[in-house]
Amino acid sequence: MSALILGATSPIARQLAQRYAEANTPVFLAARDADEAAQIAADLRIRHRVTAASGAFDATDFEAHAAFVEAVEDAVGPLTVAVVAFGEMGDQEASEHDFAAARRVIETNFTGAASVCEAVAARMVERGAGSIVGFASVAGDRGRKSNYFYGSAKGAFALYLQGLRNRLHESGVGVLTAKLGFVDTRMTFGMQTGIPIASPEAVSRALFDAQRRGIDTLYYPRFWRGIMGVVGAIPERLFKRMSL
Amino acid sequence: MQRWSEMELHGWGRYPRVRSECARLERRADVQAALADRDGQPVLAHALGRSYGDVALLRGGRVLLTRRLDRMLDFDPKTGWLRCEAGVSIEDLIEVFLPRGWFPPVVPGTQFVTLGGAVANDIHGKNHHVDGTLCDHVRRIELLLASGEIVACAPGEPLFDATVGGLGLTGLILTVDLKLCPVAGPWVEMESVRVENLDHFFEVSAESKSFTHTVSWIDCVTSGAGLGRGIFMRGRHAPEGVAGSDGVLGRFAAAVSPLLDVPVDGPPWLMNGLTMRAFNEAYFHKQPKGVTAAVSHYEPFFFPLDFVRNWNRIYGRRGFLQYQLVVPPDPEHRAIRAVLEEITKAGMASFLAVIKEFGGAVHPGLSFPRPGVTLALDFPNHGAPLLALLDRLDAVVLEAGGRVYLGKDARLPRDRFRRMYPEWEAWKAVRDAHDPGRVFQSELGRRLGLS
Repeated sequence: MSALILGATSPIARQLAQRYAEANTPVFLAARDADEAAQIAADLRIRHRVTAASGAFDATDFEAHAAFVEAVEDAVGPLTVAVVAFGEMGDQEASEHDFAAARRVIETNFTGAASVCEAVAARMVERGAGSIVGFASVAGDRGRKSNYFYGSAKGAFALYLQGLRNRLHESGVGVLTAKLGFVDTRMTFGMQTGIPIASPEAVSRALFDAQRRGIDTLYYPRFWRGIMGVVGAIPERLFKRMSL
Repeated sequence: MQRWSEMELHGWGRYPRVRSECARLERRADVQAALADRDGQPVLAHALGRSYGDVALLRGGRVLLTRRLDRMLDFDPKTGWLRCEAGVSIEDLIEVFLPRGWFPPVVPGTQFVTLGGAVANDIHGKNHHVDGTLCDHVRRIELLLASGEIVACAPGEPLFDATVGGLGLTGLILTVDLKLCPVAGPWVEMESVRVENLDHFFEVSAESKSFTHTVSWIDCVTSGAGLGRGIFMRGRHAPEGVAGSDGVLGRFAAAVSPLLDVPVDGPPWLMNGLTMRAFNEAYFHKQPKGVTAAVSHYEPFFFPLDFVRNWNRIYGRRGFLQYQLVVPPDPEHRAIRAVLEEITKAGMASFLAVIKEFGGAVHPGLSFPRPGVTLALDFPNHGAPLLALLDRLDAVVLEAGGRVYLGKDARLPRDRFRRMYPEWEAWKAVRDAHDPGRVFQSELGRRLGLS
C-alpha cells in the first residue's frame, strides 16, 4: 500500500500527502523541484514516522513516465493511490503571442497528466486494484478568454479521466476527478473575492475522504458545482460577449 | 515573481494597525525570490502575529508571511535535537513530539507562536530560573541575510547573539536547531499557593526554587495591606506513573474549547474599572488559603488563555497594550511596589497581571530577561492617559536599572530604550556589518532608532 503524489510541492498536495502519511500509508513525493520535495518528505517522516521518499519528475518527459512509476514502486511498494496534482497555469497573454508557451501549458496539464496516468493505470490494472486522483479544474468546465489554454488542457484532462474511469471500472480501479474552486494558495493570495476561499487542509480532507469512498467527481468547495452549473447554462450567444 | 498584496496587519494587542505589501512564502525558493523582488523597499518577517505591539509590523514596507515555511527537517530521537523551519509553531512541536515523550524546552504563555518569532524575541517561560531562555536550547540558526546570502550561525558568534532577541532585524530566520526536553507525558504536578501580599510572594518564590516552573497571577486592583496579593503557581513535568485525570470538568472543557472563540470585538465599556475589580476579586477568592496540590494537564498550566481563541478581541476595536518589565533584585522591592501603586492610583487596573522571578541567565544582544523580577501587565488602550501612565512606569523601571520587553512594546521612546538596553550599540555594530543598507526594518526598530 502506498501513495504517489505528483506535483507534491503545492500547498494542497503537501496537505494531501499529510493525510496519507497520517493514515500510515507510505508516500512518494514527485516534483519538478526535487530539493523541495525532499524537504517535504523529511517533514512527513518526522511528523508521522512513515516511509516517505521523493524524486524529480518532469511531466513533459513522456517517454520516462513508465520507468519513473516502476522506480517509485521499487521505492515505496505497489501503488494503491496516485494523485496527479501538478499543473501549469502559464500566462494566457504570453500563450497568445507565443505558441511555445501555450504548448507548454497544454503538454503539462493534459499530455503529461494523461501520460503518467496511463503508466500508473497499467500497473493498477495488473493488480486489479488502485485509485487515481486527477486535479482537473473548474476552469475546464467552460472556455474563457482569460485562461483558455489552461482551461482547455484541464478540460481535456477531465474528459480523459472520465474515459479512463469508464475503462478501468471493470478492473476495480477507481478514478476521482477533482475540480477545485478557490483555494488559499499562491494563485488566490490577496485576491478580493466575494466567494469564500478554502484552506488547503480542508481541500485535502475532502479529497482524501472522496478517494476512500470511491467518488467519481468532487467539486470543492462543493458550491462550485452550482456556480459552474450556472456558468455552463449561459447561452454561448451571450457568453461570448462576457468577461468572466 | 512574488504575488504582493496590500494587507492590514497588527500584533496580538491589535494596536497599532499598519498596512504593508505582503507576500506569502510557500517554499524555500520563495525566500530569496521575495527578497530580490522587494523593489527597493525594506522587508520584515511576520508569522502568527502573537507579539503584542509593533515588533512584527512594517508600515509601507514589504512583509514576508512565513507561517507556511514549517517543515521539520531532521530529528534525532536519541538526543531530542530537531532541525526545522522557522514557521513551525510550539503547538506543532507539542502535537508531534509529546506523544513520543518530548516537550519544547521553553514555552511562552501561548502555544500559537512560531520558532522564528520565539528566537527573534528570545522568549522565556515559567522555567526561566532553571532553563534560561529559548536560545539556551538552540545550537544553530540559518538566516537569510540582506545580501540574499543564506548563512548558518551558532552560539558565541556575533551574528547568532545579535539574532537571538534581534527582533527580526538581522535577517530572516529560516531554520532553527532546537533541543527538545524529555518528558513522561502530558501531566504537570503543580501546587497553587494563595499569596497575601508582595512580601509573601517573594517568600513563596524563594521557597519554590525546587520547582522547575513558577509563575504568579497578581491582583493589581487591591492596594494597601493586600498590595501584591495573588496566586502563586509552581509545577514540574510529572514523572512516569503520575497522571492526572481529565475529570468531568476537563472532558467538558476539551469538548467546548473548540467552540470558545471571541468572534466579534467587545464593546468599549466591557473592560472597565468595575469589571476588572470584580474579576480580580473573584479570581483571588477562588483560591483557598494555603497550598493546594493537583496534577494538571499541560494546556491549562502552560497556556491557560489558549482555551479561548481570539481572547484579545474582548478589548474591543481599540486594542490593548501589554507592558512587561524586569527590575534587578531588591530586598525591599521598591520598584515593583511603586509600579503597583502607580497603577492603582491611576485607576487603570490591569486585567491580567503576571509576576515571576527570573534566574541568572543573561544573553548578549537585545534579549530581554535579566536577573530580578518581571511583571507583565495588560491594559485596555485608553489612549493618552494610559500612555502617560506607561511613561511614569518607564521612569520607575529606569530608576531601578530595569528594562521593558520589546516583544510586547508598542510605545517605548528611543532615549529610554537606549538607557534600558545599553547593549544596543554593540548590537547595532553587528547588524550594520550584515545589513548596512537596513533592508530589514520594523515599526519598532524605526521608533527605537534601530532601522
